Amino acid sequence: MSTAASVDNQPTSEAGSKPGRKRKAPLSDRARAERALGWKLAGPAFAVMCLVTLYPILNALYLSFFKYRLTDPAGKKFVGLQNYLAAFRDSLFWEAMGTTLIITFVTVVVELVLGFAIAMLMNKIVMPRRTLRTVVLLPYAIITVVSAFAWKFGFDVSTGFVNHWLHTLSFGQFPLDYDWFGDRWSGLFVICLSEIWKTTPFMSLLLLTGLAQVDSSLEEAAKVDGATWWQRLTKVILPNMKAAIMVALLFRTLDAFRIFDNPYVMTGGANKTTSLSMLVSREAIDRVEIGMGSALAVILFLCVLIIAAIFVKGFKVDLAAGRNN
Amino acid sequence: METNVSNKAKWGMLGFAIPVMIWTLLPLVWIFALSLKSDAALTDTTGKENRFGNFFPTKPSWDNYELILKGGASDLFMPALRNSIIVSLIATVISVVLATFCAYAIARLDFPGKRLILTMALAVSFFPVIAMVTPLFNMWRQIGLFDTIPGLVIPYLALTLPLSIWTLSAFFQQIPWEMEQAAQVDGASSWEAFRKVIVPLAGPGVFTTAIITFFTAWNDFVFAISLTSGNARTVPAALSFFTGASQFTQPTGAIAAAAVIVTIPVIILVLIFQRRIVSGLTSGAVKG
Repeated sequence: MSTAASVDNQPTSEAGSKPGRKRKAPLSDRARAERALGWKLAGPAFAVMCLVTLYPILNALYLSFFKYRLTDPAGKKFVGLQNYLAAFRDSLFWEAMGTTLIITFVTVVVELVLGFAIAMLMNKIVMPRRTLRTVVLLPYAIITVVSAFAWKFGFDVSTGFVNHWLHTLSFGQFPLDYDWFGDRWSGLFVICLSEIWKTTPFMSLLLLTGLAQVDSSLEEAAKVDGATWWQRLTKVILPNMKAAIMVALLFRTLDAFRIFDNPYVMTGGANKTTSLSMLVSREAIDRVEIGMGSALAVILFLCVLIIAAIFVKGFKVDLAAGRNN
Repeated sequence: METNVSNKAKWGMLGFAIPVMIWTLLPLVWIFALSLKSDAALTDTTGKENRFGNFFPTKPSWDNYELILKGGASDLFMPALRNSIIVSLIATVISVVLATFCAYAIARLDFPGKRLILTMALAVSFFPVIAMVTPLFNMWRQIGLFDTIPGLVIPYLALTLPLSIWTLSAFFQQIPWEMEQAAQVDGASSWEAFRKVIVPLAGPGVFTTAIITFFTAWNDFVFAISLTSGNARTVPAALSFFTGASQFTQPTGAIAAAAVIVTIPVIILVLIFQRRIVSGLTSGAVKG
């Protein structure tokens, strides 16, 4: 990943005291100092991450090969891949997988479009500039559980307002007693709505920072050269903020795939709205089937790894390349 | 910065901004309205107790706030609020400080192993938190960290550190490094260049990251609901344990009031950080 090192930089010849720090000749004092500084700066974060996560991760992997119920420690026995096979044969697993994929796809696509539009708006808007930015950032700061409760109560048959509003807007066509959480698709709709409301600001916040770092003189130049709005967007703005877009997409996709809070609060997983994370929780915590729960968790992790690999390899997201090339 | 925005574009943007703001504020206004509803308004089906299509109570009352601040639900809510604040703040400070150094090193310096760090951060941030809960639950019980503040802060770092590192790395990638090179040409060491040139440039990114980090910790539900049993329980987890004023009333009003209270500090924080983000991101240290 040190490709960047070979790219620059020549001005060292002016400062006579410095040996060429970016040459390949590896062990100049400067290079050695840089290595040491690198680990001094990055080491603590790395160490903390390892300590906090390595044990649980390896432990989950290890436990996934056992039939192990917390209430029956004596009955713990090695079963190899049995847990995995059992999961793959279970229709409940595939149902949760389907639900999770639907939620992920719908929310991320809607959020990217909406988030980018809002980011563009926030970047350009003149009049209620600060108000808009503050207002838009709010849902991001709101606790997911709070958002879930707000939408849940809003769509609820007895406490809600949504049915009343739809009833009025449709001139009485929409039934006042429509039960949004009584059906899989309407339930998923409300779950997605809450998720989109809550996380679009995260998307637009990251996209805005990318957008704000796009050199506006480039855009001006394109404008002077007669580029249309669409050309400026696709030829100047988007390529220059690819890193920000990819990071935002990557995080949101992986986050959406692990969705837990919204369905937990809103439906409790009823009517086929159980996500994979909820399935893990149900097995590992409610039913204390630690082995099965761990296997499901590992499967969830592998899914997430595949998605990430697609992003990193497929879309060439590379944060380690320190300098723009 | 915008020199010649036509009036038409201005109004067009306003026309787009208003629906965005309504969409954003509606659930917040709704949860506030809900928190002002008395039991009568919450169970009303005649339409007399509420206005605007069951949206706002005709006779707003503060009873729900009294219930959670002084009344029956206060034992559950007040400690949870304190826990949320303490845990989130500690996790934020630790994460952002560590991540700033780490992301700088990754984006800027040439040293072996940075690929490993990024991959590790990635793997950690990908790992489904729900899967960490069970092993952590066992370990915390053994070493006495279950249901304590550090027992929550530590797993929160697993949530916030990778996010901070990745976000900051993306920021640092977009920083004009030639300014640092210029400083180095002028004789500054890597460390001096970092402190005097990069820190001011990277400030906006660090602030944005701090927001993300704090709200990630503030928002956590999975760890909070699994690794606590009462002492260290944070607000999101506590909300799902709420009960009504009596066992026959729904906790809807109490939940709404609690939701409003935990949302107020967050709104204040957004206001404070927002100003810094805007000025930081738009002033453009290099171009200016």
